[in-house]
Amino acid sequence: MKTKWKITPYLFLLPALVIVVAFRLIPIVMSFVLSFFDWSLQGTGRFIGLENYATMIHDPVFWQSLGNTFWLVVILVPATIVFSLFFAVLLNQIKYLKSLFRMVYFMPFVTSLVAVSIVWKLMFNEQTGLINTFLGYIGIAPQAWLAEPKGIFLLMFPALESLPRFFHGPSQALFAIIIMTVWKGLGYNTIIYLAGLQNISKTYYEAAEMDGASKFRQFWNVTVPLISPTTFYVLIMTTITSFQTFSQIYLMTNKGGPLNSTKLIVYYIYERGFDLLEMGYASAVALALFVLILTLTIFQRKMEKHVNY
Amino acid sequence: MSKLRSIITYLILIIFGFTMVIPFIWMISTSLMTQSEFNKQDSLFIPKEEYHQWDNGETKERVILVLEKEETSIIHVLDSELAIVEEYKEVPSDEVHMIRKKPSFEFSNYVKAFNKVPFALYFYNTIYVSVLSLIGVLITSLLAAYAFARMEFKGRDFFFYLFLSMMMVPQPIYLISSYVLLDKLHWLDTYNALIIPWTANIFTIFLFRQHFKALPKELFDAASIDGCSVFGMLWRIVVPLSKPVIATASIFSLISSWNSFMWPLVMTNRPELRVLQVGLSYFNQEASTQTSLLMASSAFSIIPVLIVFFFAQKQIIASYAKTGMKD
Repeated sequence: MKTKWKITPYLFLLPALVIVVAFRLIPIVMSFVLSFFDWSLQGTGRFIGLENYATMIHDPVFWQSLGNTFWLVVILVPATIVFSLFFAVLLNQIKYLKSLFRMVYFMPFVTSLVAVSIVWKLMFNEQTGLINTFLGYIGIAPQAWLAEPKGIFLLMFPALESLPRFFHGPSQALFAIIIMTVWKGLGYNTIIYLAGLQNISKTYYEAAEMDGASKFRQFWNVTVPLISPTTFYVLIMTTITSFQTFSQIYLMTNKGGPLNSTKLIVYYIYERGFDLLEMGYASAVALALFVLILTLTIFQRKMEKHVNY
Repeated sequence: MSKLRSIITYLILIIFGFTMVIPFIWMISTSLMTQSEFNKQDSLFIPKEEYHQWDNGETKERVILVLEKEETSIIHVLDSELAIVEEYKEVPSDEVHMIRKKPSFEFSNYVKAFNKVPFALYFYNTIYVSVLSLIGVLITSLLAAYAFARMEFKGRDFFFYLFLSMMMVPQPIYLISSYVLLDKLHWLDTYNALIIPWTANIFTIFLFRQHFKALPKELFDAASIDGCSVFGMLWRIVVPLSKPVIATASIFSLISSWNSFMWPLVMTNRPELRVLQVGLSYFNQEASTQTSLLMASSAFSIIPVLIVFFFAQKQIIASYAKTGMKD
């Protein structure tokens, strides 16, 4: 009986462990090892020490794709938080048709990114797309969207021309992708917020009401602080997932163009690894991304401890 | 005052609700237009058709009107495939009429898309991969979660944190090295590459573990006194009590393997192994100018998921809502 009990747990754990070790742990360690090699699938590769990292630091496309990713994250994450909290608060107030609205807002999230990327690519078409047709109705000239490499800040304020390209903001092409990505993930985060809102006790609002607080004050002084654990969850998850944006770039742009202005870091890893077969270099970039995500997550968790109520 | 606020709330929700569904509506309506009509850009959502017809008393032919004069008109006569069969024909003007049809749905786009893209194969591959991965995930997760939740053993915490830290690493980080690994295993371009690495899901293990820990201890004591084996306990007591959480995990697993794209794109090359998303992305490259067909095939790939979603939306949304909750 005793010995049986001792071996059983390991037998139960074994199938999952084998898969996790073989297809997670080993590849992660290999990724680290590969980054020190010149590796292109033909032959076995050649150890080159830190050369990939040295190349990376002087690679302008790496920095550009990092800059693009930066803009994507700093616009996508706050926009997602603001919009999804806004809709969750509205949905939380209504009595009728609640589940219909919930379903409508959630729909983009369950559909495949590939199919909706194709649809949005056509919607952003300069001549035949729906977006420019709608903009035309309200008197806005057609925009080039996915074909426009100029930064959105530069398009709004031509005076920025003299600044380095990074300060021109994300290209209009990348901005189009951000819009689409917010649309895609909004429903999920709204649902998460809605669940969080339902956990806030009504008594807080009743107390605020008695003190004569306006609805806006109630939102700002009761809802926002009490929902902050959910906000941190949304913040961390959206940050991690937006760093991994790939399919939209693959499907909606021509290899991260125009002028590399939509080339995000994961697309760059894909391109160097699978188009150019520079697996060692791609692994070095992947590892840089990993360190970046890890640092940010740890930083966000530290912040959470300070701000949480 | 509060009535006004409620009206404004509904108004905002309706307007943004439309924003959420308009891409789908546009996808469907464009998929039902002929390409020439889409290119004309004058029917936004409701497909319509306008063309000239030459009616000479015996046959009605579709034509292109080149020049209209008082007495006679010059036309190109078209066949049923809209190819020109007779050029610059001069006919009496009163025999040529404008035909307007609204709405006019070009359902044949779906047939054309289905003939152009081997959807049956793609659906088969996708279902095959999704179902086998799901079975694997359920088996490995039930066993591992049970060990974590209900058994004492050396190294339990170590394995727990090992799994937890593996879960934190995003897929793109180990994509390249997984490719190299699968290449060494000679698994590239096989179903193995699409299924076996996905037969364990750490998130599901934690989901099950959480649930198993919440089950009352007395249940297990009673079963143990009755001489139930460990495996019997899992199969006859735990699994029946865990149907909702198993359903949740299955929904996550099926939706994520149905929609998974980057992995199958990288790991397979042979057309016979393409899953739906990969097949669709190839069609996107081949047919970038054939808007209607592209939309029809996108609709093809979305509709099965949407149908399931409409019927099980409550369960699906509730499952996802739980992922954000901390205990």
